[in-house]
Amino acid sequence: MSSLPIPVPNIKISRPVNPTGIWSWLTTVDHKRIGIMYGITAFILFLSGGIEATIMRLQLAGPELDIVSAAIYNQLFTMHGTTMIFLAIMPLSAAFFNYLIPLQIGARDVAFPRLNAFSYWTFLGGALMLKLSWIGGATDAGWFGYAPLTSIDQNPGKGIDFWILSLQILGVASLGSAFNFIVTIINLRAPGMTWMRLPLFTWMSFITAILLVLAFPVITVALIELTFDRYFAFNFFNVANGGSVVLWQHLFWVFGHPEVYILILPAMGIVSEVLPVFSRKPLFGYATVVLAGAIIAFMGWMVWSHHMFTVGLGPVANTVFTITTMLIAVPTGIKMFNWIGTIWGGSLKLNTPMLFSLGFIAMFLIGGLSGVMHAVSAHDAQQQDTYFVPAHIHYVLFGGAIMAILSGIYFWFPKFSGKMYSEREGKLHFWLMMIGQNVTFFPMHFVGLDGMPRRIYTYAEGMGWDLWNAVATAGVFILIAGFLVMINNLGRHWRNGPTATDDPWDARTLEWSISSPPPHYNFEEIPVVRSLDDWWETKYGTHEKAVPVSGSSEDAHNSDIHMPQPSYWPAVTSLGLFVGGYGIVFNDLLFPYLFAGIGLLITVIGVYAWSLEPVNDPE
Amino acid sequence: MSTDVHNNTHEDHDYTTTGLNHRKMLMWAFLGSDCMFFGALIATYLVYQGKSLVGPYPIDVFDIPVTSVSTFVLLMSSMSMVLAYAALTQNKINGFRIWMASTAIMGATFIGFQVYEFSSFSTFHVDIESCAEQKVKYGKFDDYEAELCSNAKDDHVETHDGLKPQTNLFGTTFYTLTGFHGAHVTLGIVWILSLLFLSYKKGMITPERHLDVDLAALYWHFVDVVWIVIFTVIYLFGVFPFPGS
Amino acid sequence: MSKEEIHHPTAKQYFRIAMVLSVITAIEVAIFYLEFLGYWMVPILVVLSTGKFALVAMYYMHLRYDHKLFTYLFVTGVVLATVVIFAIISLFSFGIGRW
Repeated sequence: MSSLPIPVPNIKISRPVNPTGIWSWLTTVDHKRIGIMYGITAFILFLSGGIEATIMRLQLAGPELDIVSAAIYNQLFTMHGTTMIFLAIMPLSAAFFNYLIPLQIGARDVAFPRLNAFSYWTFLGGALMLKLSWIGGATDAGWFGYAPLTSIDQNPGKGIDFWILSLQILGVASLGSAFNFIVTIINLRAPGMTWMRLPLFTWMSFITAILLVLAFPVITVALIELTFDRYFAFNFFNVANGGSVVLWQHLFWVFGHPEVYILILPAMGIVSEVLPVFSRKPLFGYATVVLAGAIIAFMGWMVWSHHMFTVGLGPVANTVFTITTMLIAVPTGIKMFNWIGTIWGGSLKLNTPMLFSLGFIAMFLIGGLSGVMHAVSAHDAQQQDTYFVPAHIHYVLFGGAIMAILSGIYFWFPKFSGKMYSEREGKLHFWLMMIGQNVTFFPMHFVGLDGMPRRIYTYAEGMGWDLWNAVATAGVFILIAGFLVMINNLGRHWRNGPTATDDPWDARTLEWSISSPPPHYNFEEIPVVRSLDDWWETKYGTHEKAVPVSGSSEDAHNSDIHMPQPSYWPAVTSLGLFVGGYGIVFNDLLFPYLFAGIGLLITVIGVYAWSLEPVNDPE
Repeated sequence: MSTDVHNNTHEDHDYTTTGLNHRKMLMWAFLGSDCMFFGALIATYLVYQGKSLVGPYPIDVFDIPVTSVSTFVLLMSSMSMVLAYAALTQNKINGFRIWMASTAIMGATFIGFQVYEFSSFSTFHVDIESCAEQKVKYGKFDDYEAELCSNAKDDHVETHDGLKPQTNLFGTTFYTLTGFHGAHVTLGIVWILSLLFLSYKKGMITPERHLDVDLAALYWHFVDVVWIVIFTVIYLFGVFPFPGS
Repeated sequence: MSKEEIHHPTAKQYFRIAMVLSVITAIEVAIFYLEFLGYWMVPILVVLSTGKFALVAMYYMHLRYDHKLFTYLFVTGVVLATVVIFAIISLFSFGIGRW
């Protein structure tokens, strides 16, 4: 057929055509399906992290309990932290990115649909690898894996290796996703959708994606260095040969601090969408909120050593990072005021999504205040490594990120499911969350200031910590009850709930201008955007319902809609990474690095086939 | 609703907000991100520069004339890459193939130099007939020889250990940084050879599909640019002990 | 469709740039051997290397003639990497907590 210089077998693998059932999910490149897969997977993983936390709280419910051993306890807190950050909050955010961004910007899909699918399957592989590591002994060195606790001498088991490899695989997934959304948001905005007309959630997601692509490579390097130390006796963190364990901390936190903004900015974006809708007022100071988000992302690079105040960096370093950390509270505070300004004088509808967003403001405020306390390095000397830190963390990440994500789930539930949930049960969930989290996490401030260290599997009688630990454990059951209510509510109604209309909330942004759930192609005609909150303006403003000029290719009629076709190759490539990851950990099975090589081969085949497959096959 | 489909050649005519191509934008974002990857490796190298507890040290093993040649080769490969792309846009397919092949060959030459360098570093050895005489004759030692002589029991000192990643901080950081750069180069060579190969299949590499080559070219130039930094910061600055040591 | 590459350097210009790159490299190596310069070698070589970097980025990678967005995407990475490198080195050079 061709004059290739080397004879090559003529292999033709046909593209999946209209697959149904499970194949349709495996080969889908539709951002909405991928978003749903992310959401369900992440929620299940969130529950697994909750189980880990529950066992921890049971162990700490009283002094000198013996529910789990110290060794298991160490695995529990490490896996809980790693799970919640990488397998729960980040992919829950990704679920929203995937589902909403094309809808909010008036696009039919993301810029790279197959890359999008690849990100999901790779995430799934990384998540499985991490959770399966419980078998045989999970990682136990804390979610931040400080050297030399992670060295091969101190930690010879495979738990650390699974942690390293799964984080690398998850990193690939996150990077793929972030690159995709950067290009999508820059390049697929509908005509008229200028930067300052972009919905806030999309703005925050864009900023988050930029943070991701700049921060993740640093932890990639740190993990590679650790891997080489463990496998090949390199000296990166080998003190005996001059290495520095503090270097690990620096590399980790250069990633780690932007990471926490990666966790919170999408959540803030969700809140910025929900509050205006249920106040029936535009977001107060849209431009300021956007700018504040950008400033937070920028300044987030200057504060990392506040995680290292007690390492002994010296007074100059500590002072510099105290100042930068205190300064970063300012743009955050600005957003708070803008949210308050949004609801002030608004016609408030206190339904479930709104309650969760309001709850976010209150809880994140508390977390922010304890954060400012941590910022002062002199204070932090007392607070570091005590329970005061988990108190702060959970107020900003549970009271903050999770509350906002829950707000988003309820808010967009009608859109993605086409059904309506029970408002009564939603409110019940909200109150159980509010009570539960404060009962669980507020006492941690007390015991923390009272000297209770973190990451201890038990504590002696007579320390004075019994009461608040018992209270904190009790709170966990309130939270569990809340999540059971949620699962029951949303699960039942997704199946059998009343049909939702296109725009049940009388909302403001483009996703509400199409059906619930949206059709496969999103928009029958690509909209022309004329202002911020274009959908609201279309309903109530001076805009007439525009006759959109087709923004797609010149030769297309409105009924010719070009949708990317399904593909096998993203899942195949992900499989290669998964196999390869296991092959690196089990590198002496049958033949040195045999399975790593097989994984690499599968990946290479996947990449080549993907590259040679056109975006859409010619008829 | 009908799903009318377009094949790949129309991809570049689909709507974009900026008028720029998705994949080119992706490549530039990726290169920005890859800067952070190399940045972290370079930061590690520089933090540990001058801090190795034992030798060999950079000044013992670096062969600047040889590395200058490999640097020159890589720079020339960038020129040949850009000429390959230019040839394609002018529909000179044979010129394209020649320049692509020469880029790949020069890239492989660079890797060859790296392999030679790694192997000569790892078999580096010192043989001092007589420490006392050496001192008298040359009036000074460099660090590594002084270290060896001062630790030695005899007057004759010989070492065959070489510089391995496990030897000291210099070995660890040097091999990792330049190794990952070499891996990037190798990936680039594979990419270039794949495009060269594909150019023999009708309709795969054409002036209309120049973007496919443009993307590979951008990656290749990036890898060259990283080497510019490495050559200066690691090799040329390798003679110094750095502040703070 | 926007035409990004309105200006194409010619083959001759590409060759000239390659020659400039080679000459700068030769100068760098020569300066390396001028031991009397001491630490002054550092800023001189940084300037020369930055020059090579810029030539490759602007002409071979075509940033000079392309949409500024590409420059922003790339330069953000370059600048941030440079800043982080300097910050980490500084943190390891000063203060009592060096190790």
